[in-house]
Amino acid sequence: MKAHAVSSSSEEHRSPIRLARPKGPCSVTPFRHAPTASAKVSLDGICLNYKVNGGRHLLALDDINLQVQPGEFLCIVGPSGCGKSTLLHLIAGLQRSTSGTVKVDGKLVEGPGTDRILIFQELGLFPWLTVGQNVEFGMKMKGISKTERREKIRYYLRLVHLSQFEDSYTHQLSGGMRQRVALARALATEPDVLLMDEPFAALDAQTRDLLHDELERIWAETGRTIIFVTHNVREAVRLGGRVALFTFRPGRVKREFKIDLPRPRQLEDSSVARCAREILDDLREEINKSLEEEYGDGR
Amino acid sequence: MATAASLTMPSAAYGSAFLKRFLRKAIFYAVVIGLWALLAQLKVWPSYVFPTPRGVMGALWAGFADHSFWIAIRVSMRRMLLGYSLSVILGMILGLSIASNKFVEETLGGLLVSLQSLPSICWLPLAVLWFGLTEKAILFVVVMGSLLSVTIAMETGRKQMPKIYGMAGRNLGARGFPLFWHVLLPASLPYLISGLKQGWAFAWRSLISGEMIFVSLGLGQLLMMGRDLNDMSQVIAVMVLIIALGYAVDGLIFCNLERQLQRRWGLEQAS
Ligand SMILES: Nc1ncnc2c1ncn2[C@@H]1O[C@H](COP(=O)(O)OP(=O)(O)O)[C@@H](O)[C@H]1O
Ligand SMILES: [Mg+2]
Repeated sequence: MKAHAVSSSSEEHRSPIRLARPKGPCSVTPFRHAPTASAKVSLDGICLNYKVNGGRHLLALDDINLQVQPGEFLCIVGPSGCGKSTLLHLIAGLQRSTSGTVKVDGKLVEGPGTDRILIFQELGLFPWLTVGQNVEFGMKMKGISKTERREKIRYYLRLVHLSQFEDSYTHQLSGGMRQRVALARALATEPDVLLMDEPFAALDAQTRDLLHDELERIWAETGRTIIFVTHNVREAVRLGGRVALFTFRPGRVKREFKIDLPRPRQLEDSSVARCAREILDDLREEINKSLEEEYGDGR
Repeated sequence: MATAASLTMPSAAYGSAFLKRFLRKAIFYAVVIGLWALLAQLKVWPSYVFPTPRGVMGALWAGFADHSFWIAIRVSMRRMLLGYSLSVILGMILGLSIASNKFVEETLGGLLVSLQSLPSICWLPLAVLWFGLTEKAILFVVVMGSLLSVTIAMETGRKQMPKIYGMAGRNLGARGFPLFWHVLLPASLPYLISGLKQGWAFAWRSLISGEMIFVSLGLGQLLMMGRDLNDMSQVIAVMVLIIALGYAVDGLIFCNLERQLQRRWGLEQAS
Protein backbone atom coordinates (compact mmCIF):
# COMPACT_ATOMS: atom_id res chain seq x y z
CA MET A 1 0.00 0.00 0.00
CA LYS A 2 2.65 2.39 1.11
CA ALA A 3 4.70 1.68 -1.96
CA HIS A 4 1.82 2.69 -4.18
CA ALA A 5 1.30 5.91 -2.35
CA VAL A 6 4.90 6.85 -2.96
CA SER A 7 4.77 5.89 -6.60
CA SER A 8 1.62 7.85 -7.38
CA SER A 9 2.98 11.03 -5.88
CA SER A 10 6.25 10.64 -7.69
CA GLU A 11 4.39 10.08 -10.92
CA GLU A 12 3.82 13.81 -11.03
CA HIS A 13 7.51 14.54 -10.68
CA ARG A 14 8.25 12.11 -13.44
CA SER A 15 7.46 14.45 -16.28
CA PRO A 16 9.76 14.80 -19.27
CA ILE A 17 11.16 17.89 -17.58
CA ARG A 18 12.96 15.49 -15.27
CA LEU A 19 15.79 15.29 -17.80
CA ALA A 20 16.39 18.99 -17.48
CA ARG A 21 18.08 18.20 -14.20
CA PRO A 22 17.92 19.73 -10.92
CA LYS A 23 14.48 18.42 -9.90
CA GLY A 24 14.95 14.80 -10.87
CA PRO A 25 13.39 12.03 -8.82
CA CYS A 26 16.53 12.13 -6.82
CA SER A 27 16.31 15.51 -5.28
CA VAL A 28 19.50 16.67 -3.70
CA THR A 29 18.62 18.56 -0.63
CA PRO A 30 19.83 19.69 2.69
CA PHE A 31 16.82 17.51 3.36
CA ARG A 32 16.31 17.44 7.08
CA HIS A 33 13.28 16.64 9.11
CA ALA A 34 12.85 18.93 12.05
CA PRO A 35 13.51 16.97 15.25
CA THR A 36 9.85 16.49 15.93
CA ALA A 37 8.38 14.29 18.58
CA SER A 38 6.92 12.12 15.84
CA ALA A 39 10.34 10.81 14.72
CA LYS A 40 10.74 7.07 15.26
CA VAL A 41 14.49 7.26 15.70
CA SER A 42 16.22 10.48 16.48
CA LEU A 43 19.97 10.94 16.66
CA ASP A 44 21.14 14.21 18.14
CA GLY A 45 24.76 15.29 18.12
CA ILE A 46 26.19 11.78 18.23
CA CYS A 47 29.97 11.68 18.64
CA LEU A 48 31.98 8.56 19.20
CA ASN A 49 35.63 8.36 20.09
CA TYR A 50 37.40 5.02 19.92
CA LYS A 51 40.47 4.57 22.09
CA VAL A 52 43.15 3.09 19.90
CA ASN A 53 46.50 1.76 21.07
CA GLY A 54 48.30 4.11 23.39
CA GLY A 55 46.57 7.31 24.37
CA ARG A 56 45.43 8.01 20.80
CA HIS A 57 41.84 8.46 19.85
CA LEU A 58 39.94 7.87 16.68
CA LEU A 59 36.91 10.01 16.08
CA ALA A 60 34.62 7.52 14.34
CA LEU A 61 31.42 9.57 14.37
CA ASP A 62 31.25 13.33 14.53
CA ASP A 63 28.03 15.18 15.32
CA ILE A 64 25.53 12.91 13.63
CA ASN A 65 22.03 14.36 13.46
CA LEU A 66 19.42 12.18 11.82
CA GLN A 67 15.68 11.86 12.17
CA VAL A 68 13.95 8.75 10.90
CA GLN A 69 10.19 8.83 10.47
CA PRO A 70 7.95 5.87 11.32
CA GLY A 71 7.74 3.51 8.38
CA GLU A 72 10.64 5.15 6.60
CA PHE A 73 13.25 3.20 4.66
CA LEU A 74 16.52 5.04 5.24
CA CYS A 75 19.73 3.90 3.58
CA ILE A 76 23.11 4.96 4.84
CA VAL A 77 26.01 4.88 2.37
CA GLY A 78 29.63 5.64 2.98
CA PRO A 79 33.08 4.27 2.33
CA SER A 80 34.30 1.33 4.36
CA GLY A 81 35.47 2.45 7.81
CA CYS A 82 33.32 5.56 8.03
CA GLY A 83 31.47 4.35 11.09
CA LYS A 84 28.31 2.86 9.63
CA SER A 85 28.42 -0.30 11.73
CA THR A 86 29.29 1.74 14.78
CA LEU A 87 26.22 3.90 14.29
CA LEU A 88 23.92 0.89 14.04
CA HIS A 89 25.45 -0.60 17.20
CA LEU A 90 24.71 2.69 18.95
CA ILE A 91 21.08 2.65 17.86
CA ALA A 92 20.81 -1.01 18.87
CA GLY A 93 22.08 -0.04 22.32
CA LEU A 94 25.05 -2.41 22.16
CA GLN A 95 27.50 0.45 22.49
CA ARG A 96 27.49 3.90 24.07
CA SER A 97 28.22 7.17 22.35
CA THR A 98 30.82 9.55 23.72
CA SER A 99 28.29 12.37 23.51
CA GLY A 100 24.89 12.97 22.02
CA THR A 101 21.68 11.02 22.39
CA VAL A 102 19.81 8.25 20.61
CA LYS A 103 16.06 8.37 21.08
CA VAL A 104 13.44 5.91 19.92
CA ASP A 105 9.87 7.19 20.14
CA GLY A 106 11.23 10.10 22.12
CA LYS A 107 12.67 7.79 24.79
CA LEU A 108 16.39 7.71 25.47
CA VAL A 109 18.11 4.47 24.41
CA GLU A 110 20.18 3.07 27.26
CA GLY A 111 20.67 -0.52 26.23
CA PRO A 112 19.48 -3.21 23.85
CA GLY A 113 15.75 -3.56 23.43
CA THR A 114 13.51 -5.72 21.32
CA ASP A 115 11.87 -2.65 19.78
CA ARG A 116 14.94 -2.42 17.55
CA ILE A 117 16.69 -5.45 16.16
CA LEU A 118 20.03 -5.35 14.40
CA ILE A 119 20.97 -7.76 11.65
CA PHE A 120 24.73 -7.90 12.04
CA GLN A 121 27.15 -7.64 9.18
CA GLU A 122 28.47 -11.06 10.24
CA LEU A 123 24.91 -12.29 10.99
CA GLY A 124 25.68 -13.90 14.36
CA LEU A 125 23.37 -16.85 13.84
CA PHE A 126 23.68 -19.44 16.60
CA PRO A 127 25.29 -22.59 15.18
CA TRP A 128 24.08 -24.76 18.06
CA LEU A 129 20.45 -24.09 17.21
CA THR A 130 18.42 -25.18 14.23
CA VAL A 131 17.02 -22.65 11.81
CA GLY A 132 13.66 -22.81 13.57
CA GLN A 133 15.24 -22.39 17.00
CA ASN A 134 17.25 -19.43 15.76
CA VAL A 135 14.07 -17.75 14.60
CA GLU A 136 12.43 -18.66 17.90
CA PHE A 137 15.20 -17.21 20.07
CA GLY A 138 14.08 -13.59 20.34
CA MET A 139 10.47 -14.59 20.97
CA LYS A 140 11.56 -16.99 23.70
CA MET A 141 13.48 -14.22 25.41
CA LYS A 142 10.41 -12.02 25.18
CA GLY A 143 8.39 -14.70 26.96
CA ILE A 144 5.97 -15.42 24.15
CA SER A 145 3.97 -18.60 24.65
CA LYS A 146 5.06 -21.81 22.98
CA THR A 147 2.06 -22.18 20.69
CA GLU A 148 2.35 -18.61 19.47
CA ARG A 149 6.08 -19.12 18.89
CA ARG A 150 5.45 -22.21 16.79
CA GLU A 151 2.97 -20.35 14.69
CA LYS A 152 5.30 -17.40 14.11
CA ILE A 153 8.28 -19.58 13.28
CA ARG A 154 6.21 -21.15 10.56
CA TYR A 155 4.93 -17.80 9.35
CA TYR A 156 8.30 -16.07 9.15
CA LEU A 157 10.10 -19.03 7.63
CA ARG A 158 7.46 -19.11 4.93
CA LEU A 159 7.96 -15.39 4.43
CA VAL A 160 11.64 -15.90 3.60
CA HIS A 161 10.97 -19.14 1.71
CA LEU A 162 12.81 -21.43 4.11
CA SER A 163 9.95 -23.59 5.36
CA GLN A 164 11.65 -26.86 4.48
CA PHE A 165 14.78 -25.93 6.39
CA GLU A 166 13.30 -25.43 9.83
CA ASP A 167 15.24 -28.37 11.28
CA SER A 168 18.54 -27.77 9.46
CA TYR A 169 21.57 -26.32 11.17
CA THR A 170 22.87 -23.03 9.86
CA HIS A 171 26.14 -24.46 8.53
CA GLN A 172 24.12 -26.65 6.21
CA LEU A 173 22.74 -23.60 4.41
CA SER A 174 24.11 -21.39 1.66
CA GLY A 175 25.10 -17.77 2.28
CA GLY A 176 21.87 -16.40 0.89
CA MET A 177 19.79 -18.79 2.97
CA ARG A 178 21.68 -17.85 6.11
CA GLN A 179 21.02 -14.24 5.33
CA ARG A 180 17.33 -14.99 5.12
CA VAL A 181 17.43 -16.84 8.44
CA ALA A 182 18.92 -13.73 10.01
CA LEU A 183 16.15 -11.68 8.45
CA ALA A 184 13.47 -14.06 9.72
CA ARG A 185 15.04 -14.12 13.18
CA ALA A 186 14.96 -10.34 13.34
CA LEU A 187 11.44 -10.03 11.94
CA ALA A 188 10.05 -12.68 14.27
CA THR A 189 10.69 -10.50 17.32
CA GLU A 190 8.50 -7.95 15.53
CA PRO A 191 10.62 -4.89 16.18
CA ASP A 192 9.43 -1.41 15.25
CA VAL A 193 12.85 -0.61 13.88
CA LEU A 194 14.93 -2.95 11.77
CA LEU A 195 18.63 -2.18 11.55
CA MET A 196 20.50 -3.89 8.74
CA ASP A 197 24.28 -3.79 8.37
CA GLU A 198 25.45 -4.47 4.80
CA PRO A 199 23.26 -7.56 4.76
CA PHE A 200 23.62 -8.38 1.09
CA ALA A 201 27.26 -7.48 0.54
CA ALA A 202 28.56 -11.02 0.31
CA LEU A 203 25.87 -12.44 -1.96
CA ASP A 204 25.82 -13.32 -5.62
CA ALA A 205 23.80 -11.03 -7.86
CA GLN A 206 20.79 -13.32 -8.32
CA THR A 207 20.30 -14.00 -4.63
CA ARG A 208 20.72 -10.34 -3.85
CA ASP A 209 18.08 -9.28 -6.37
CA LEU A 210 15.72 -11.83 -4.91
CA LEU A 211 16.29 -10.58 -1.38
CA HIS A 212 15.87 -6.96 -2.46
CA ASP A 213 12.43 -7.83 -3.78
CA GLU A 214 11.55 -9.73 -0.64
CA LEU A 215 12.76 -6.98 1.65
CA GLU A 216 10.84 -4.34 -0.26
CA ARG A 217 7.73 -6.45 -0.09
CA ILE A 218 8.10 -7.16 3.62
CA TRP A 219 8.67 -3.50 4.31
CA ALA A 220 5.57 -2.53 2.35
CA GLU A 221 3.52 -5.22 4.09
CA THR A 222 4.62 -4.65 7.66
CA GLY A 223 5.29 -0.92 7.66
CA ARG A 224 8.42 -1.27 9.78
CA THR A 225 11.02 1.44 10.00
CA ILE A 226 14.22 0.27 8.34
CA ILE A 227 17.71 1.69 8.59
CA PHE A 228 19.81 -0.05 6.01
CA VAL A 229 23.58 0.34 5.79
CA THR A 230 25.48 -0.39 2.61
CA HIS A 231 28.51 0.73 0.68
CA ASN A 232 26.68 0.10 -2.58
CA VAL A 233 24.99 3.26 -3.83
CA ARG A 234 22.82 1.48 -6.35
CA GLU A 235 21.49 -0.81 -3.69
CA ALA A 236 20.70 2.21 -1.54
CA VAL A 237 18.78 3.88 -4.35
CA ARG A 238 17.07 0.60 -5.21
CA LEU A 239 15.70 0.24 -1.69
CA GLY A 240 15.64 3.53 0.16
CA GLY A 241 13.13 6.30 0.40
CA ARG A 242 16.00 8.46 1.53
CA VAL A 243 19.75 8.03 1.30
CA ALA A 244 22.19 9.56 3.77
CA LEU A 245 25.74 9.87 2.52
CA PHE A 246 28.47 9.67 5.14
CA THR A 247 31.90 11.25 5.00
CA PHE A 248 35.05 9.29 5.68
CA ARG A 249 36.70 9.65 9.08
CA PRO A 250 35.28 11.21 11.00
CA GLY A 251 31.88 9.97 9.89
CA ARG A 252 29.48 12.83 9.32
CA VAL A 253 26.29 13.14 7.32
CA LYS A 254 27.58 14.77 4.19
CA ARG A 255 24.34 14.98 2.29
CA GLU A 256 20.89 13.49 2.12
CA PHE A 257 18.96 12.49 -0.95
CA LYS A 258 15.26 11.89 -1.25
CA ILE A 259 14.50 9.05 -3.64
CA ASP A 260 11.10 9.54 -5.22
CA LEU A 261 11.21 6.68 -7.70
CA PRO A 262 8.15 4.48 -8.03
CA ARG A 263 8.14 1.07 -6.44
CA PRO A 264 8.72 -1.75 -6.95
CA ARG A 265 12.10 -0.83 -8.36
CA GLN A 266 14.80 -2.90 -9.97
CA LEU A 267 18.52 -2.57 -9.64
CA GLU A 268 18.82 -2.28 -13.44
CA ASP A 269 16.27 0.52 -13.82
CA SER A 270 17.80 3.41 -15.68
CA SER A 271 16.24 5.84 -13.23
CA VAL A 272 17.95 4.01 -10.39
CA ALA A 273 21.22 4.17 -12.26
CA ARG A 274 20.85 7.91 -12.86
CA CYS A 275 20.14 8.60 -9.22
CA ALA A 276 23.00 6.43 -8.17
CA ARG A 277 25.39 8.29 -10.45
CA GLU A 278 24.43 11.57 -8.86
CA ILE A 279 25.14 10.24 -5.39
CA LEU A 280 28.24 8.41 -6.54
CA ASP A 281 29.86 11.68 -7.62
CA ASP A 282 29.65 12.81 -4.04
CA LEU A 283 30.71 9.48 -2.66
CA ARG A 284 33.74 9.22 -4.92
CA GLU A 285 35.23 12.22 -3.22
CA GLU A 286 34.98 10.40 0.10
CA ILE A 287 36.34 7.16 -1.29
CA ASN A 288 39.33 9.04 -2.68
CA LYS A 289 39.87 10.56 0.73
CA SER A 290 39.79 7.12 2.33
CA LEU A 291 42.21 5.73 -0.24
CA GLU A 292 44.55 8.66 0.27
CA GLU A 293 44.53 8.01 3.97
CA GLU A 294 45.28 4.32 3.54
CA TYR A 295 47.88 4.53 0.77
CA GLY A 296 48.66 8.22 0.51
CA ASP A 297 51.70 8.36 2.81
CA GLY A 298 53.90 6.52 0.34
CA ARG A 299 53.33 9.02 -2.44
CA MET B 1 25.39 -48.50 -11.80
CA ALA B 2 27.86 -45.76 -11.12
CA THR B 3 25.66 -44.28 -8.43
CA ALA B 4 25.08 -47.62 -6.78
CA ALA B 5 28.81 -48.25 -6.67
CA SER B 6 29.57 -44.84 -5.22
CA LEU B 7 26.84 -45.29 -2.65
CA THR B 8 28.02 -48.63 -1.36
CA MET B 9 31.73 -48.04 -1.62
CA PRO B 10 32.27 -45.64 1.29
CA SER B 11 30.30 -47.62 3.88
CA ALA B 12 31.98 -50.85 2.85
CA ALA B 13 35.38 -49.22 3.07
CA TYR B 14 34.45 -47.77 6.44
CA GLY B 15 33.25 -51.16 7.70
CA SER B 16 36.42 -52.98 6.70
CA ALA B 17 38.60 -50.26 8.24
CA PHE B 18 36.70 -50.63 11.47
CA LEU B 19 37.11 -54.39 11.38
CA LYS B 20 40.82 -54.09 10.72
CA ARG B 21 41.28 -51.72 13.65
CA PHE B 22 39.32 -54.02 15.89
CA LEU B 23 41.36 -57.03 14.80
CA ARG B 24 44.65 -55.24 15.40
CA LYS B 25 43.54 -54.32 18.90
CA ALA B 26 42.28 -57.82 19.66
CA ILE B 27 45.55 -59.36 18.54
CA PHE B 28 47.55 -56.92 20.64
CA TYR B 29 45.61 -57.69 23.81
CA ALA B 30 45.68 -61.41 23.15
CA VAL B 31 49.48 -61.28 22.86
CA VAL B 32 49.80 -59.23 26.06
CA ILE B 33 47.61 -61.63 28.03
CA GLY B 34 49.40 -64.60 26.49
CA LEU B 35 52.81 -63.27 27.54
CA TRP B 36 51.45 -62.53 30.99
CA ALA B 37 50.09 -66.07 31.33
CA LEU B 38 53.39 -67.46 30.12
CA LEU B 39 55.40 -65.43 32.63
CA ALA B 40 53.07 -66.47 35.43
CA GLN B 41 53.39 -70.09 34.32
CA LEU B 42 57.17 -69.95 34.66
CA LYS B 43 56.64 -69.16 38.40
CA VAL B 44 59.61 -66.81 38.57
CA TRP B 45 57.76 -64.91 41.28
CA PRO B 46 55.30 -66.30 43.82
CA SER B 47 51.64 -65.88 42.87
CA TYR B 48 50.92 -63.30 45.60
CA VAL B 49 53.44 -61.05 43.80
CA PHE B 50 52.61 -61.95 40.23
CA PRO B 51 49.10 -63.35 39.76
CA THR B 52 47.90 -65.31 36.75
CA PRO B 53 45.33 -63.89 34.28
CA ARG B 54 43.02 -66.65 35.40
CA GLY B 55 43.39 -65.56 39.04
CA VAL B 56 42.53 -61.98 38.17
CA MET B 57 39.51 -63.11 36.15
CA GLY B 58 38.46 -65.19 39.12
CA ALA B 59 38.79 -62.24 41.46
CA LEU B 60 36.72 -60.10 39.11
CA TRP B 61 34.06 -62.80 38.93
CA ALA B 62 34.00 -63.26 42.69
CA GLY B 63 33.83 -59.51 43.27
CA PHE B 64 30.80 -59.11 41.07
CA ALA B 65 29.22 -62.31 42.38
CA ASP B 66 29.32 -61.24 46.04
CA HIS B 67 28.17 -57.71 45.07
CA SER B 68 31.17 -56.03 46.68
CA PHE B 69 32.27 -54.62 43.30
CA TRP B 70 28.77 -53.42 42.43
CA ILE B 71 28.47 -51.64 45.75
CA ALA B 72 31.90 -50.06 45.36
CA ILE B 73 31.09 -48.87 41.84
CA ARG B 74 27.79 -47.40 42.98
CA VAL B 75 29.36 -45.59 45.90
CA SER B 76 32.27 -44.24 43.86
CA MET B 77 30.11 -43.16 40.96
CA ARG B 78 27.71 -41.34 43.25
CA ARG B 79 30.62 -39.40 44.71
CA MET B 80 31.95 -38.64 41.26
CA LEU B 81 28.64 -37.31 40.01
CA LEU B 82 28.13 -35.16 43.08
CA GLY B 83 31.67 -33.85 43.26
CA TYR B 84 32.02 -33.32 39.55
CA SER B 85 28.70 -31.48 39.19
CA LEU B 86 29.67 -29.25 42.08
CA SER B 87 33.01 -28.44 40.55
CA VAL B 88 31.49 -27.80 37.11
CA ILE B 89 29.03 -25.31 38.54
CA LEU B 90 31.63 -23.62 40.74
CA GLY B 91 34.23 -23.69 37.99
CA MET B 92 31.90 -22.03 35.52
CA ILE B 93 31.05 -19.26 37.93
CA LEU B 94 34.71 -18.73 38.77
CA GLY B 95 35.84 -18.92 35.15
CA LEU B 96 33.20 -16.45 34.00
CA SER B 97 34.02 -13.94 36.70
CA ILE B 98 37.72 -14.23 35.91
CA ALA B 99 37.05 -13.74 32.20
CA SER B 100 34.81 -10.74 32.69
CA ASN B 101 36.60 -8.85 35.44
CA LYS B 102 40.14 -7.56 35.14
CA PHE B 103 40.61 -7.28 38.91
CA VAL B 104 39.42 -10.82 39.60
CA GLU B 105 41.64 -12.07 36.79
CA GLU B 106 44.76 -10.50 38.23
CA THR B 107 44.13 -11.62 41.80
CA LEU B 108 42.09 -14.82 41.89
CA GLY B 109 43.21 -15.93 38.43
CA GLY B 110 46.86 -15.77 39.43
CA LEU B 111 46.21 -17.63 42.67
CA LEU B 112 44.37 -20.43 40.87
CA VAL B 113 47.17 -20.95 38.39
CA SER B 114 49.68 -21.25 41.23
CA LEU B 115 47.41 -23.76 42.97
CA GLN B 116 47.61 -25.96 39.89
CA SER B 117 50.97 -27.30 41.02
CA LEU B 118 49.38 -28.75 44.15
CA PRO B 119 48.33 -32.42 43.74
CA SER B 120 44.70 -32.62 44.80
CA ILE B 121 45.34 -35.33 47.41
CA CYS B 122 47.26 -32.70 49.39
CA TRP B 123 43.88 -31.22 50.25
CA LEU B 124 42.91 -34.38 52.14
CA PRO B 125 44.58 -33.61 55.49
CA LEU B 126 42.92 -30.21 55.46
CA ALA B 127 39.58 -31.75 54.48
CA VAL B 128 39.82 -34.35 57.24
CA LEU B 129 40.52 -31.66 59.82
CA TRP B 130 37.55 -29.63 58.56
CA PHE B 131 35.01 -32.37 57.95
CA GLY B 132 36.38 -35.41 59.84
CA LEU B 133 36.61 -38.83 58.21
CA THR B 134 33.40 -38.29 56.27
CA GLU B 135 31.86 -38.29 52.85
CA LYS B 136 32.28 -34.53 52.77
CA ALA B 137 36.06 -34.78 53.05
CA ILE B 138 36.24 -37.02 49.98
CA LEU B 139 33.87 -34.79 48.02
CA PHE B 140 36.03 -31.84 48.91
CA VAL B 141 39.10 -33.56 47.46
CA VAL B 142 37.20 -34.48 44.29
CA VAL B 143 36.04 -30.89 43.84
CA MET B 144 39.50 -29.50 44.42
CA GLY B 145 40.88 -31.99 41.93
CA SER B 146 38.75 -30.90 39.01
CA LEU B 147 37.77 -27.34 39.85
CA LEU B 148 40.87 -25.79 38.32
CA SER B 149 40.54 -27.51 34.96
CA VAL B 150 36.93 -26.44 34.64
CA THR B 151 37.64 -22.89 35.77
CA ILE B 152 40.51 -22.39 33.36
CA ALA B 153 38.57 -24.01 30.51
CA MET B 154 35.58 -21.76 31.14
CA GLU B 155 37.77 -18.68 31.32
CA THR B 156 39.58 -19.38 28.06
CA GLY B 157 36.34 -20.53 26.42
CA ARG B 158 34.63 -17.29 27.33
CA LYS B 159 37.56 -15.32 25.95
CA GLN B 160 38.02 -17.29 22.74
CA MET B 161 34.34 -17.40 21.94
CA PRO B 162 33.50 -14.98 19.10
CA LYS B 163 32.07 -11.76 20.56
CA ILE B 164 29.29 -11.69 18.00
CA TYR B 165 27.27 -14.36 19.84
CA GLY B 166 27.04 -12.36 23.04
CA MET B 167 26.07 -9.25 21.10
CA ALA B 168 23.49 -11.13 19.04
CA GLY B 169 22.01 -12.57 22.23
CA ARG B 170 21.72 -9.19 23.90
CA ASN B 171 20.34 -7.71 20.71
CA LEU B 172 17.56 -10.29 20.75
CA GLY B 173 16.65 -9.44 24.31
CA ALA B 174 18.67 -11.93 26.38
CA ARG B 175 20.36 -10.77 29.55
CA GLY B 176 21.54 -12.11 32.90
CA PHE B 177 21.14 -15.84 33.44
CA PRO B 178 19.21 -16.56 30.21
CA LEU B 179 22.04 -14.89 28.29
CA PHE B 180 24.53 -17.18 29.99
CA TRP B 181 22.45 -20.32 29.69
CA HIS B 182 21.17 -19.91 26.14
CA VAL B 183 24.09 -18.10 24.52
CA LEU B 184 27.39 -17.79 26.38
CA LEU B 185 27.47 -21.40 27.60
CA PRO B 186 26.62 -23.12 24.30
CA ALA B 187 28.84 -20.70 22.39
CA SER B 188 31.84 -21.55 24.54
CA LEU B 189 31.11 -25.27 24.74
CA PRO B 190 33.46 -26.30 21.90
CA TYR B 191 36.27 -24.55 23.76
CA LEU B 192 35.08 -25.93 27.08
CA ILE B 193 34.67 -29.59 26.30
CA SER B 194 38.33 -30.59 26.56
CA GLY B 195 38.55 -28.86 29.94
CA LEU B 196 35.43 -30.69 31.13
CA LYS B 197 37.00 -33.95 30.02
CA GLN B 198 40.24 -33.19 31.80
CA GLY B 199 38.27 -32.18 34.88
CA TRP B 200 36.51 -35.54 34.90
CA ALA B 201 39.82 -37.41 34.64
CA PHE B 202 41.32 -35.40 37.50
CA ALA B 203 38.21 -35.88 39.62
CA TRP B 204 38.39 -39.64 39.04
CA ARG B 205 42.03 -39.79 40.17
CA SER B 206 41.36 -37.60 43.20
CA LEU B 207 38.43 -39.77 44.20
CA ILE B 208 40.36 -43.03 44.08
CA SER B 209 43.29 -41.59 46.03
CA GLY B 210 40.91 -40.11 48.56
CA GLU B 211 39.09 -43.40 49.03
CA MET B 212 42.34 -45.24 49.63
CA ILE B 213 43.09 -43.24 52.74
CA PHE B 214 40.23 -44.35 54.98
CA VAL B 215 37.38 -46.81 55.16
CA SER B 216 34.92 -45.43 52.69
CA LEU B 217 33.33 -48.29 50.72
CA GLY B 218 34.47 -47.06 47.30
CA LEU B 219 36.74 -48.60 44.70
CA GLY B 220 39.78 -47.06 46.38
CA GLN B 221 39.00 -48.91 49.55
CA LEU B 222 38.59 -52.20 47.68
CA LEU B 223 42.06 -51.66 46.33
CA MET B 224 43.47 -51.14 49.80
CA MET B 225 41.51 -54.16 51.07
CA GLY B 226 43.26 -56.27 48.45
CA ARG B 227 46.57 -55.06 49.78
CA ASP B 228 45.58 -55.75 53.40
CA LEU B 229 44.56 -59.28 52.50
CA ASN B 230 47.72 -59.79 50.47
CA ASP B 231 45.41 -60.63 47.58
CA MET B 232 47.27 -59.50 44.48
CA SER B 233 44.58 -60.85 42.17
CA GLN B 234 42.01 -58.59 43.76
CA VAL B 235 44.34 -55.61 43.56
CA ILE B 236 44.82 -56.11 39.83
CA ALA B 237 41.12 -56.82 39.33
CA VAL B 238 40.15 -53.55 40.97
CA MET B 239 42.77 -51.70 38.96
CA VAL B 240 41.33 -53.17 35.77
CA LEU B 241 37.91 -52.06 36.92
CA ILE B 242 39.08 -48.49 37.58
CA ILE B 243 40.70 -48.30 34.16
CA ALA B 244 37.64 -49.75 32.46
CA LEU B 245 35.27 -47.33 34.16
CA GLY B 246 37.41 -44.31 33.35
CA TYR B 247 37.75 -45.45 29.78
CA ALA B 248 34.05 -46.11 29.43
CA VAL B 249 33.04 -42.66 30.63
CA ASP B 250 35.63 -41.02 28.43
CA GLY B 251 34.80 -43.07 25.37
CA LEU B 252 31.06 -43.28 25.73
CA ILE B 253 30.06 -39.96 27.21
CA PHE B 254 32.70 -37.39 26.35
CA CYS B 255 33.68 -38.61 22.91
CA ASN B 256 30.02 -38.84 21.98
CA LEU B 257 29.39 -35.35 23.27
CA GLU B 258 32.39 -34.05 21.37
CA ARG B 259 31.29 -35.69 18.15
CA GLN B 260 27.79 -34.35 18.54
CA LEU B 261 29.11 -30.86 19.16
CA GLN B 262 31.24 -31.01 16.07
CA ARG B 263 28.36 -32.18 13.98
CA ARG B 264 26.04 -29.49 15.24
CA TRP B 265 28.54 -26.69 14.97
CA GLY B 266 29.54 -27.84 11.52
CA LEU B 267 33.14 -28.31 12.66
CA GLU B 268 33.28 -31.85 11.33
CA GLN B 269 36.18 -32.20 8.98
CA ALA B 270 35.41 -33.86 5.68
CA SER B 271 37.06 -37.26 5.72
N1 LIG C 1 36.34 -1.60 18.73
C1 LIG C 1 37.01 -0.68 18.01
N2 LIG C 1 38.13 -0.10 18.53
C2 LIG C 1 38.79 0.84 17.83
N3 LIG C 1 38.44 1.29 16.63
C3 LIG C 1 37.34 0.76 16.06
C4 LIG C 1 36.58 -0.25 16.71
N4 LIG C 1 35.55 -0.59 15.92
C5 LIG C 1 35.67 0.17 14.81
N5 LIG C 1 36.74 0.98 14.88
C6 LIG C 1 37.15 1.97 13.88
O1 LIG C 1 36.09 2.86 13.71
C7 LIG C 1 35.90 3.15 12.35
C8 LIG C 1 34.49 2.83 11.93
O2 LIG C 1 34.29 1.45 11.96
P1 LIG C 1 32.96 0.78 11.44
O3 LIG C 1 31.82 1.37 12.18
O4 LIG C 1 33.10 -0.69 11.55
O5 LIG C 1 32.95 1.23 9.92
P2 LIG C 1 32.07 0.71 8.70
O6 LIG C 1 31.03 -0.20 9.23
O7 LIG C 1 31.51 1.96 8.11
O8 LIG C 1 33.00 0.04 7.76
C9 LIG C 1 36.94 2.35 11.57
O9 LIG C 1 37.96 3.23 11.20
C10 LIG C 1 37.42 1.33 12.55
O10 LIG C 1 38.80 1.11 12.35
MG1 LIG D 1 30.68 -2.21 8.78
